[in-house]
Amino acid sequence: SSQEPKLNFKKSKEVCLSYIQDAMLQKQWKRAAEFLSFYVESLEKDFSKEYVNPSEIIWRVGTEILCHCSNGSMREFNSFIEQMKTFGVKRYLKVCLEHAFHLLCNGQIDDAYQNLSLAESWRYGEQTAIQDKEMKLIQAYRGLLDYYSWSKQKNILLDHGLDEFENLSVEQEMHSYFRKAAVNLKEIIKIPGVWDLFVKCYVDLLEFYGDHNEAHQVLTEYAYNSKFPANPNAHVYLYQFLKRHGESKKSLISVLKILHDLVPSHELMIDFNTMLQKSKKRKRCRLGLEVIFAVLDYAGWKENVKAWSCLARQVKQIAIAEKHVDWIKQEWNSRKDWWPAFHFTHYLAKQNWKESESLSYEKALVAGILLGKDCKYFKYVSHQGCKAQVKRFRILKKFVNKHNPVYLRIS
Amino acid sequence: DFNERCAQCSEVNWGLTDGGRFYCRSCHNVIERTREIINADFASNARVQTISRGLSKEENNDGGCEWYVCEGFQLVLKKQAEALETLGVCPQMKDEILCNFWRHYLQKTKQAYCKRPVGEPIKALSVCDSSTDVDSDPGRPSLLHLLSLSESEGDLQTDCSFASSTSRISESTSVCSGSVDGSLYLLKNQKDKLRMTMPMTLSFCYMALLWLREPMTLSDLLRFVVEGHIPYLNVFQLFPEKMKLCGLDLKIFCVESWPLYEEVYSKMLELAAFLDLPRFPDITESCFLHPDMLCMKYLMEANLPDELHTWTCRVVKKTCIGEADFLTLLPGNKSTRKVKYDVLAVAVIVVVLKLLFLLDDHYEWLLSDFAEEQNKNNTEGGPYFEFKKWYEVIKCSLDVKQKKLDEERAKYLWRCEMPLFYSAKNKSRIFKRRQMVVNLQNQFGKLSGSVQPAEKPSPSCFQLTWSEENTDGSCFHRHSLKGILQEKCGLLKAMNPDYWLCTVKLCTEKSCGHLAHYKEVDFPQSYHFVLRLFSFLLRIQPSYIHDEVCAIEHKLFNKKLSKTPKYNTVIRK
Repeated sequence: SSQEPKLNFKKSKEVCLSYIQDAMLQKQWKRAAEFLSFYVESLEKDFSKEYVNPSEIIWRVGTEILCHCSNGSMREFNSFIEQMKTFGVKRYLKVCLEHAFHLLCNGQIDDAYQNLSLAESWRYGEQTAIQDKEMKLIQAYRGLLDYYSWSKQKNILLDHGLDEFENLSVEQEMHSYFRKAAVNLKEIIKIPGVWDLFVKCYVDLLEFYGDHNEAHQVLTEYAYNSKFPANPNAHVYLYQFLKRHGESKKSLISVLKILHDLVPSHELMIDFNTMLQKSKKRKRCRLGLEVIFAVLDYAGWKENVKAWSCLARQVKQIAIAEKHVDWIKQEWNSRKDWWPAFHFTHYLAKQNWKESESLSYEKALVAGILLGKDCKYFKYVSHQGCKAQVKRFRILKKFVNKHNPVYLRIS
Repeated sequence: DFNERCAQCSEVNWGLTDGGRFYCRSCHNVIERTREIINADFASNARVQTISRGLSKEENNDGGCEWYVCEGFQLVLKKQAEALETLGVCPQMKDEILCNFWRHYLQKTKQAYCKRPVGEPIKALSVCDSSTDVDSDPGRPSLLHLLSLSESEGDLQTDCSFASSTSRISESTSVCSGSVDGSLYLLKNQKDKLRMTMPMTLSFCYMALLWLREPMTLSDLLRFVVEGHIPYLNVFQLFPEKMKLCGLDLKIFCVESWPLYEEVYSKMLELAAFLDLPRFPDITESCFLHPDMLCMKYLMEANLPDELHTWTCRVVKKTCIGEADFLTLLPGNKSTRKVKYDVLAVAVIVVVLKLLFLLDDHYEWLLSDFAEEQNKNNTEGGPYFEFKKWYEVIKCSLDVKQKKLDEERAKYLWRCEMPLFYSAKNKSRIFKRRQMVVNLQNQFGKLSGSVQPAEKPSPSCFQLTWSEENTDGSCFHRHSLKGILQEKCGLLKAMNPDYWLCTVKLCTEKSCGHLAHYKEVDFPQSYHFVLRLFSFLLRIQPSYIHDEVCAIEHKLFNKKLSKTPKYNTVIRK
């Protein structure tokens, strides 16, 4: 490599940084630490014009190196972070927050709590207003830790192992933690964002104290407020809540419908389909078929017996009733080009038969109806099944033969 | 003293404010005039006396004394000369030559040794007069503007906060700089009179070395600077306690880059011309700087056979670059191309290698195989030189050294123990930062498990050394060129009949600064390798050596060039 045009402070620090990066990518932590020790003097000259200035680089790189290099010495880490806090007012709360995370990851919950409390009380002129978001997060996490304490007290209480007096003090503590947690958690979930953990905890608190309305409100906001990013979990939480409280099928279905739109392959779709199939309303049955077909579009469900049995049941029903065959036709239209290769190859038939008789049974049923009695999959499986003298396969064979016209109608 | 009537009340009743300005005692009208005007003559003479006497013994409140920028530079030069003496340069350099050059410079730039420094007091006044609002007059640069002068990256601006200040000259300078004339120094027009800078101190040193024909090339000098044997970076650490450095002084004395060869060299030429120096002492064949000598040195360092020296001498002779008139510096003469002795010598070696080995990525390997064959049968006498073996050995060493150098570059520490600050306001912040940096250095230094930075390598002219004692045959000095030469009419000629020119037509240096334009992809890899080797040794870009190679080739093949058509670059020797 040839000499740089003019080797100056800035350039040599850039080069130094590239050595640090190389070492880190190769997980050579000692080497990275060595070059970092030469890099740190760039603090004495702050490139405030640059996008990422040295102090931020040093904080992040140093954290990474210490994580891997200091043999788990929290003391070293803490002293480093404290220095980073004193230098870089604009980043103070962020550093505090990440420090707290680190402590939590290392099981030092009390230290983390102390850190967060300390950070909460920080005031620095206009910086406090500028770093408002970080402050909210700090309060939220502290609230989370309060929830955790509350939870511990609750468990102690529920264990019934204490006497009257002890119970009372535990209860009081529990309530005080509740208050602290609730205040902060409530605040953070007002801000558009993904707050799964906070929401769950808050709802848990509300439910315990019987404030179902508020809980319902919170979950509905979280799921339906368009300002919040689309989050499947929000709907899952809402659904679970409604189910817990015995809400009507209609409301459950409307929640799950949105989940189906967001994540067609979600595991709750099986429950959804089951619910829909049971319904007498035509639209819901129709939706059920759509839902289960959509689920099986995804590779993760390919070998799921339950999913196939749901589809098989519905298809069977339709075949027997000879009504709504056009539903199958509609669903099958967009799938007939690729489902055969995806689900119903000869190879898969052999594999499925070998691994799971039930799976191959359900699939064979579906294949027989959708692709006719002459399709590879059905032929192989039913042949194997009959050979093995399993009764239901004989029945299956007859069934498919009988309802072959369905296939003819939909193909 | 001052007898004018007040503009407001027409009285003549003047007093002086704390800030040194005149005010009318009757109506309290403050005017622009300050006391400084009266003391003008006294100030200029005092300056001259100060310099010749050495450092002023006046004490300020903070224990510092008044010092001028040129005194600072004088100190720097003194320290550099002392370091050179330690390296083996004769004492004459420090005591006589450099000293005289410097005094001559001071005189010429009217900073000292003359009746009255031209322009100084007047300029001093203009800073004074710009009283309350420093930025008001567009004609006079504001103090902030001062900071943006000079070539550094403008980062010092971030730390300086200059509110408009009532300005007496000493007040303003005590805020802006430790030296008395720091701000004025930067105000001076850069174009005129060769304003002194840190890189220029090296130009002075080199000029003195050249005058004495000391065995140190410019590339050696610059390398010693980077290796820390010659004070340059953080040289202010060597200033005495009383010479306080702050504010704008940092712009002047604090370097944040290593100087380039070209920069130092061209400044040296300017300086020599400016000082009206006569023709320098002749560079003759016995001088270290003569190409014959330098070629020998570089041949050794590049681990090439001694026999090649005959060839370099031949090229030198043929191109007349060994003549004293060619080699000796004649300041101010713009017509002749100035000689860079080290670059010239390595370029000659490159030309010789091209003559003998062609270096077209093909022929040299053929020759090498041929030599290898011969070596198998050659039991008596020394081995024949094989290009391939040499290439392997050198490449290995070069890669290792280059890698080491690159890492060292990444590890340069630019700051020193002595913290620098721009104004008293920043002091505590700077100290705190320094403390943090030291802590972090210790923390991560310990983690890395590395020992404290190694001692400075002891200075040496040779970066690569090869020993005959190595039994692994990695030293090629004694190898014979017989494998690639053939006898013709009692003369030893190269087997290689061809030569390719680096460029058919030379550029004019005046328009683009180069004789030719080097791009690695356009040339054979062997050629690039050879350039790379010498580029590493001299710490300069390969293109500089390439330029010199082109120049020599054109001298060498002068006659043939005028005959051959322009598009044919391969020449039959």
